[in-house]
Amino acid sequence: MQLPDGIIAVVKQDCPTCVLVDPVLGEIESRGLPVTVYVQDEPAFPSVSRVVDDRSLEHSFRLDIETVPTVIRVADGREQGRAVGWAREEWQALTGLADIGAALPAARPGCGSKSVEPGIAERLALRYGDVNLPARRLDVPPLEDDIEYCFERGWSDGLPVVPPTEERVYRMLQGTTRAADEVLGLAPPNHAECTVAKVAINAVMAGCKPEYLPVVLAAVEAAFDPAFCLHGLLATTWFSGPMVIVNGPVRGAIGMNWAGNVLGQGNRANLSIGRALQLVVRNVGGGRPREADQSTFGTPGKLGFCFAEDEATPWTTLAEDRGVARERSAVTVFSADGPVGVADQKSRTPEPLIDSLAGTLRAINHYKLANAADVVIVVGPEHGRVFDDAGWSKAEVAAALHAATRIDGQDLGMGTDKNAVAVRPAAGALPKFREGGIHLVRAGGDAGMFSAIIPGWLMKGSLGTDPVTREVSS
Amino acid sequence: MTTTLLDPTGELAPVERRPIPKPATLDGLTVGLLDISKARGDVFLDRLDALLSERGMRVRRYKKPTFTRPAPIPLIQQIAGEVDVVVEGLAD
Repeated sequence: MQLPDGIIAVVKQDCPTCVLVDPVLGEIESRGLPVTVYVQDEPAFPSVSRVVDDRSLEHSFRLDIETVPTVIRVADGREQGRAVGWAREEWQALTGLADIGAALPAARPGCGSKSVEPGIAERLALRYGDVNLPARRLDVPPLEDDIEYCFERGWSDGLPVVPPTEERVYRMLQGTTRAADEVLGLAPPNHAECTVAKVAINAVMAGCKPEYLPVVLAAVEAAFDPAFCLHGLLATTWFSGPMVIVNGPVRGAIGMNWAGNVLGQGNRANLSIGRALQLVVRNVGGGRPREADQSTFGTPGKLGFCFAEDEATPWTTLAEDRGVARERSAVTVFSADGPVGVADQKSRTPEPLIDSLAGTLRAINHYKLANAADVVIVVGPEHGRVFDDAGWSKAEVAAALHAATRIDGQDLGMGTDKNAVAVRPAAGALPKFREGGIHLVRAGGDAGMFSAIIPGWLMKGSLGTDPVTREVSS
Repeated sequence: MTTTLLDPTGELAPVERRPIPKPATLDGLTVGLLDISKARGDVFLDRLDALLSERGMRVRRYKKPTFTRPAPIPLIQQIAGEVDVVVEGLAD
């Protein structure tokens, strides 16, 4: 942008400091320096002769003004320097006029520029900035409700979505440094290219704040890893959907919940991050219930299932176990059905508590089934304390649970007919869960001697899904 | 004012919604005849009713209270729940 030589000032009448410096601008002009004043509110306010009406805020945006007054020295059409607010010595140095503003106090802070007011900055960036939002534009017909329009187009999971306007999506994209057109992978089942922009659009619809976006992006990338088998998880008749567990400093930074009601409602970050992932599957991938999603029952968690781990315990965190340092943030995706509660208000030592948990674990999927789905066990604080007080590490608890859940070969086989008997293997204990198939995390409210078992998809490992961890990057 | 939204989908489908596929035959389907209360619409629909019934089709008749407004929601729901295809007369 070619700027007028001399001094540029950006002001608004609503700012007392701008009113204070108005005579100084006149003084500069009377000393022979050309002065151009861009005014954000009242064009009649400045007393200099060259006033530019900037109520559209285009100039303020292009000049990157955050505070008024801002004075800029221009030579040969280019900025040579600027001063923000009123600071007599700075203004004197900038203008080369050693005695201006002698009657004013030495300094006064400025006021916020109208161009950076909430909601305005996004609009200006979209209108005048170099913004790339790679997505088709759809106009909601006049008089039609935009939320109803989203329902009509099939973009909703059954609950209202936040309509993804350009302003909202632009604001969402400010949550990441990644380019809007970066491709994260192919979204199943339609193998549609999924860009950062598409994730941002769906994150808006899910109700996310911009600062959640890096977590959503990491969750989407984790879910797209072939090891997670998102396509099969979507299509299966089984209950499961994707579940996201968040570790590291980002949990606190964006206000996630790992305490009371951790698996329930009420926390915006937990709920909307999980929902955003599922809306990506639905909208970008085209994975919809009773179409590609052939689940017999589904589970309430398929609306979105995400929570944070309580890291203030003696145990290593889930992300640490999976190779991510504690000071870094990460997400881990699992397949997940609904949680199964385990109550044990009696045990004060690890062994009987292991027995309680193991009894419920043996019944997962089917009580006569070995090699069952992987499970995540969310150990509540009061159960966790029993293990902590006895000095049991997470690995020791997992080993004890594996040992306590083995099933005798003679007890195997669904049904009791002769055929089932015939396929029973020889006597001997078989593992209920594959090695590494019991995942322990810590979360939950202070009161209640409970833990939650969250079983996943029956198909696991190379035949189905494995959990996948991704670091969260800005 | 028109709101502009960004498409959240994979953009594999066209923007315009497609009508549901037309059935190749009416055999075994129930046909709804919707009278929108325009003058002489009933004459046309009575004749259709006779022709379809002669061919052994199941026919059900419906009537909007007035052609000036969209059909009441309960009527739309009733029609959606009872028939496979609908014929309605739109002009005088």
